[in-house]
Amino acid sequence: MGNPSLISIENLRFERDDTAVVSCDQLHVNVGEILQIEGPNGSGKTTLLRLLTTALQPQEGTILFCGKSIAECRFEYLSDILFIGHQSAVKLTLTAEENLAWMAESDLSSAASLRALESLGLAGYSDIPCYKLSAGQQRRVALARLLLSDARLWYLDEPFTAIDRDGVKLLERCMEDHVSSGGAVVVSTHQDLDVQDVRRYSVLGEPLLRAYS
Amino acid sequence: MRKYASNGFYAYLRRDLLQSHRRLGEAASPLIFFVMASTLVPLGITPDPASLAEIASGIIWVFALLATMLSVGGLFAGDYQDGSLEQLLISPQLLVMPVLGKVTAHWLITGLPLTLVSPLLGLMLSLPEAGYLPMTASLVLGTACLSLLGAVGAALTVSLQKGGMLLALIVMPLYMPVIIFGAATVQYGIDGLAWTAPLAILGAMLAAAIALCPLAIASVLRLTSIN
Repeated sequence: MGNPSLISIENLRFERDDTAVVSCDQLHVNVGEILQIEGPNGSGKTTLLRLLTTALQPQEGTILFCGKSIAECRFEYLSDILFIGHQSAVKLTLTAEENLAWMAESDLSSAASLRALESLGLAGYSDIPCYKLSAGQQRRVALARLLLSDARLWYLDEPFTAIDRDGVKLLERCMEDHVSSGGAVVVSTHQDLDVQDVRRYSVLGEPLLRAYS
Repeated sequence: MRKYASNGFYAYLRRDLLQSHRRLGEAASPLIFFVMASTLVPLGITPDPASLAEIASGIIWVFALLATMLSVGGLFAGDYQDGSLEQLLISPQLLVMPVLGKVTAHWLITGLPLTLVSPLLGLMLSLPEAGYLPMTASLVLGTACLSLLGAVGAALTVSLQKGGMLLALIVMPLYMPVIIFGAATVQYGIDGLAWTAPLAILGAMLAAAIALCPLAIASVLRLTSIN
């Protein structure tokens, strides 16, 4: 292998109250790849994603970005990721366009954000306060960030929540376009993805299993 | 890098002002509280102008402090609940600039209007004429201090469901020097002393708070996200 993986995880451990929530010996994310994280409820999918976004600090192990520890190249790494979590960070009192403006990492032209909203089926909704939109539409506002960002790595935590069938297809096409243009996607979802070249990674879900046995 | 730093400040300042603009009723409530609570004093204690004149400066300062404290609690709560705080924490930009932007927005929404209506309350509480300028000047600097210090408490209590009382307990001791020098400024003005001296100390406190509070808030917010 000439190039190091975009992301490599080695012996990552995260514990909460002496229970291992995430325990991941080896995981690589390469350019041009969609990685689907699977596992039962409570198995630590969200925690793994939050560790990857540096929102949480692991007790053990390292995450390497292009071969360098993410603590060393924090600015480069964080400039190159986009995370959309369970909580969409959409401000309900603001309009869709205003939401995209504050979330954008650099100055955003109004035409660009309108185009992004249009491609997500929100044409004509850009100047309506988001509390008037449905849950699925609010989700689409958050997902419009995908089209506006130039981050290579997408971390999507249950992105299909409240999204209709057409929206799911649209999002799958977005992910395919992104990986074919040199990006990578890490997505946690229970759905079967209808995309090419998806690789699956299963988190063990130890805490939950232990509770049953 | 510079672009990121400035963007963070203006983006969050703009966003929070816009949010308050959409919810004017909510944004105006500290101001209404300030006016109504001050109105209770002549009703509850004495309507006698001579007695009111003696306590007017203290009353205005105490209620300005309480109004700020009540409003600052929610500074990060909304962001914490809807996930935008997490987005802020994982953004590559320096955390202090967006934090400073948010606190500035809070001051523009609460501290500045409080200062602007305070002469009216001074009139109602028969504040002596020499006290008006020192009062307005001390409130401009003082309320900015209160917003900054209060934001530290708001960051510490952000993950609590009902952190209001705890916030008050954390923030009150920090507010004491501010109110001591703030009320002293007005009293010095009324007594014909050099009121710019306590005002200068208030200015020094503000300078220190602008430099240090955003750092404290930023590190506290990082701590809360870990849990």
